[in-house]
Amino acid sequence: MPDENTNKQPVIELDKLRIVFGKRPILQDIEGSLHGRCIGLLGPNGAGKTTLIHTLLGFHKPSSGTARIFGMDILTRARDIRTLIGYMPERDAFISNMNCVHFVRLMAELSGLPSEAALERAHEALFYVGLGEARYRELGTYSLGMKQMAKLAQSIVHGPRLICLDEPTNGLDPPARKRMLELIREIRDSGNSHIVFSSHLLRDVEECCDEVLILKDGRIAAICDLEEERRANRSFIEMETRNATPEFAEAIASLGCEYAVSGSQRFKLIMQDGMDVRNIYRIASERNVQIRKMNYKRDSLEDIFLKAMEQ
Amino acid sequence: MAVYEHSYKPYEGELTSARTRFLVLPRYAYQDLFKYKLFTALFVASYVAPLIFGILIYLHHNSSALAIFNINAADVVPINGVFFFVLANIQTTMAFIFTVIIGPVLISRDLANNALPLYLSRPFTRVEYVIGKMSVLMILLSLIIWVPGMLLFIFQSYLEGGSWLVENWWIAKAIMVGGMVWIMALTLLVLALSAWIKWRTAASAALFATFIIPAPIGFAIQGIFNTTVGHLLNISIALEAIMRSLFRYGSDDNRLLTTSQGWMVFAVYCAICLLMLSRRVRAYEVIS
Repeated sequence: MPDENTNKQPVIELDKLRIVFGKRPILQDIEGSLHGRCIGLLGPNGAGKTTLIHTLLGFHKPSSGTARIFGMDILTRARDIRTLIGYMPERDAFISNMNCVHFVRLMAELSGLPSEAALERAHEALFYVGLGEARYRELGTYSLGMKQMAKLAQSIVHGPRLICLDEPTNGLDPPARKRMLELIREIRDSGNSHIVFSSHLLRDVEECCDEVLILKDGRIAAICDLEEERRANRSFIEMETRNATPEFAEAIASLGCEYAVSGSQRFKLIMQDGMDVRNIYRIASERNVQIRKMNYKRDSLEDIFLKAMEQ
Repeated sequence: MAVYEHSYKPYEGELTSARTRFLVLPRYAYQDLFKYKLFTALFVASYVAPLIFGILIYLHHNSSALAIFNINAADVVPINGVFFFVLANIQTTMAFIFTVIIGPVLISRDLANNALPLYLSRPFTRVEYVIGKMSVLMILLSLIIWVPGMLLFIFQSYLEGGSWLVENWWIAKAIMVGGMVWIMALTLLVLALSAWIKWRTAASAALFATFIIPAPIGFAIQGIFNTTVGHLLNISIALEAIMRSLFRYGSDDNRLLTTSQGWMVFAVYCAICLLMLSRRVRAYEVIS
């Protein structure tokens, strides 16, 4: 069952967190609170996504400020935090001369599971990610997609409360990518774990995440509750017409739409709840207006991301 | 998360003690090593010398056996500090061979495969990682160096009687401390080399070089400047000085390094190795 406390408490709190490597600031006094079940970390290359995950894991010591995970400070309770975290690194990472089930079992034991439970969970995790049949093969013989799945298995084998996935769909072919995203959504929907999903692929983040932290040059460009956005987001229709008259525009407005006209024949309509698109066709037909092109779209994560990048 | 269910569930069972978790690493390492028959055979072979020394102790106390082999009691080697010193020297040579086989890949493989973030993202610190890797060698080398020595010491004490034990308890201390000194030196040295040299052959060669190359340098300096200071570079002479002192074999005057110099060299070597390890054993290297 999902832990009620975790739903009320922020998953991650960033408190003026600053990371400096040499003289180069990587994260600059970032501040914010993240509550989502699946939190997307977005940003262009070098924005600080991976550094943020590494800092949360205790790999880098903050130059100033701190962060808290489930209310635990990363500076004082790093060990407790790592007990609750599963991490899937971006780069290839495994232990050589080991078959996959041994590898995942070892990782489970290092997380504190007793030997027998670790073996059982390793088998289960590998079946879960779809490597059941290949679990006795040496990791070195795996394809890139299989290695990604093995990394996912080792990150979930101990049943962590927070799973940090760093570019999990990197290098995957379309079916493997689809499978990876399905697994992430399944874990998210199980309600047992929170996920931090770092990626520069907007579509992947949009498909899985309910909250997004957008980083730009080591600063927070936006924190966005995607669920809220999805609920509040209005739908748009972009329309290109021929022979449109001011009466046509008035008739459209009478449907209760807000609209904007550019170049007399291009309309952008903001759809109202329950509005039927067929009414637009009817009005156009009655006034001999040709609709040459019609795009139906929502305000997407891409728009949010681009807006954040423009700031 | 049962196999047939194919769904994700958290783990709700008990956790193992964090204090002993580092022992997971040697357990997995031994599973891997003892898969090889050659390695197992070599491990068994490392007990040949203790077995022969055990037979000598037995013969020493069994006049009827001596009579069968037509050996005079006076001809049998005396069981004293020198007896155990010789055994310790043989066993440390065996330990060196095992170190060369096992040691060079202990950390280098993890570094080459980017495995450190996997270890260190768990409730498992850098110190525990190093201790875990050290214990792979320390447990095995203990079984080769001081455990057989202690067993023979107990055997001798049992056959000789309590008074011998009281008089010679320092031998037990020498076996234990001398063994641990050798184990620490070999373990730290090979781990430090493993952390810095990815290529197994090169790391093995570097280990040999550390023991061999300082010797001619030391003797060259001694020949030219008539001083033994050059031997301060030589860990093998330092360890020998410590061992001779522990087993009360010869005096400081006859040694290339004094006992205190030996301990000093040992301490400096250990410190350098720990520094090398702390530089390399990190989840990610940050290039400023």
